[in-house]
Amino acid sequence: MSYLFTGKYSDANLPLLLSEIRLPRILGAVLVGGSLSVSGAAYQGIFRNPMVSPDILGVSSGAGFGASLAILLSFGLVGIQSMAFIMGIVSVCIALSVSKIMGGTHDRILMLVLSGMIVGSMFGAMISLMKYIADSEYKLPDITFWLMGSLAEVTLTELKAVFPFIGLALIPLLLSSWRLNVLSFGDEEARALGVNAARLRVIVIACASLITASAVSITGLIGWVGLIIPHFARFLVGPNHKVLLPASFLVGGVFMLIVDDLSRSVSSLEIPLGIITSLIGAPMFLILLRLSSKHTW
Amino acid sequence: MMKLEIRNASLGYHRTMILQNVNMELHTGETICVLGRNGSGKTTLFRTLLGLLPLQSGEILLDGRNLSSWDRTQFARKVAYVPQARSLPFPFTVMDVVLFGRTSHLKPFASPGKEDKAIAEWCLDKLNIIHLRKRIFTQLSGGEQQMVIVARALAQQPSFLVMDEPTSSLDFGNQIKIIRQVNELKDESLGILMATHSPDHAFMCDAKVAVVQEQTVMVQGDCKEVITEELLKEIYGADIRIHALTQSAMLSRKICIPEI
Repeated sequence: MSYLFTGKYSDANLPLLLSEIRLPRILGAVLVGGSLSVSGAAYQGIFRNPMVSPDILGVSSGAGFGASLAILLSFGLVGIQSMAFIMGIVSVCIALSVSKIMGGTHDRILMLVLSGMIVGSMFGAMISLMKYIADSEYKLPDITFWLMGSLAEVTLTELKAVFPFIGLALIPLLLSSWRLNVLSFGDEEARALGVNAARLRVIVIACASLITASAVSITGLIGWVGLIIPHFARFLVGPNHKVLLPASFLVGGVFMLIVDDLSRSVSSLEIPLGIITSLIGAPMFLILLRLSSKHTW
Repeated sequence: MMKLEIRNASLGYHRTMILQNVNMELHTGETICVLGRNGSGKTTLFRTLLGLLPLQSGEILLDGRNLSSWDRTQFARKVAYVPQARSLPFPFTVMDVVLFGRTSHLKPFASPGKEDKAIAEWCLDKLNIIHLRKRIFTQLSGGEQQMVIVARALAQQPSFLVMDEPTSSLDFGNQIKIIRQVNELKDESLGILMATHSPDHAFMCDAKVAVVQEQTVMVQGDCKEVITEELLKEIYGADIRIHALTQSAMLSRKICIPEI
């Protein structure tokens, strides 16, 4: 602490420790937590359903499969992360095209959700297959740990690599936030109010998926954050996406920072992030539901 | 003076035609009441006119231009829609909902500003629901929600108003309020297309009438000439008497009295 204010230190490793290990980890936690939450909020708006999480179109399972395959093929860290990113995006593209092809006269949102489920479970099965054929001494543990999520290996280089993607995708998302509000009344009414609903949906899904895939590719799968933080943020600032999206980012970033600190300090062994977010997230969700039922939203 | 018209049109879904050979014209400064029994295709007619459902054949012209040459934003500045059923998953305030009506007047990525808020407040005030401004939309009664949706449509500052059974969930007092509002808006030279289940509403609005029946828009014309006891029998399958009230100038109109 005194180093931060006075620049004096007794342990020679301190500056290095702070800038190379702690700082990236803190930045990573905020960036990933914020990203997952903001894309969760956007997905919930697009699907007009507060029970939707960023995994709904299969981003996470796709990324999980990409990472497992890369680990199986003994790729390096960069390879694993790129594969996770690419497969995350691919799975969303597949879900979108399946819903487009099969769509016909069915309800578009329903078709999207169903296609997302199909793609998600396909990639889920592929992940199991990867695990099954993986060498159980080295590769299987690697895959398992990746799927549980961690910020332990995040470096500044990786953050620099994903930040442009997240930043670029955030801009159109924030710019379309008012129209996202209007979409709450459903496609038809939004169109009658002058919103091109189909185009808006593609833009928002593309941006939110890009953000999720970027975040997941550097940390592995971290559940619940994208579902519960937007709820919490909506509870705090209301449903207007113009305020809700930035608020979700902030709340998600802070939440992830706390969770990451817990995961490092609760026991001598570092607990994977995904486990803690689920352990905290599930009961917190219950409390939020209880609180919100009094407010009826 | 503007015109919204539909010519030689077939309306429906992929394989099933709902209405055929439809011809209709709506001018600004007039009200058309669309009558027809449940499931006759009134909503299909409205959704098609609004460009929400593709035409199977024929054409729709707004201000002489084909519907396909209008983009959604331009169209929403001319034609506003008051739909029947609605669901809102998030707890927006009444003010927010009315501001949604301003979307077509905003620049592509902008949000409503001061001027838009003033217009929204003016619309709420006009419908006497300014006190609901800060309430949560989803917590309002059906009638209050209906009034807010009308305010939202007014905030679009349209030339035409398409209302799908605007009185269906309202109590008697609110129904009268809506009818009065429709008449006022007509005098302010809006064109209003309104589906209703009560032929009395057509008399109250001194409206033109269009009857949706047997897969087409059958009878069209002034309510005083078109609505006859025979027609009502044909539409609703019940014996309904039509009386002309002559007590005073205020109350000189026809009314429908069903035989029980």
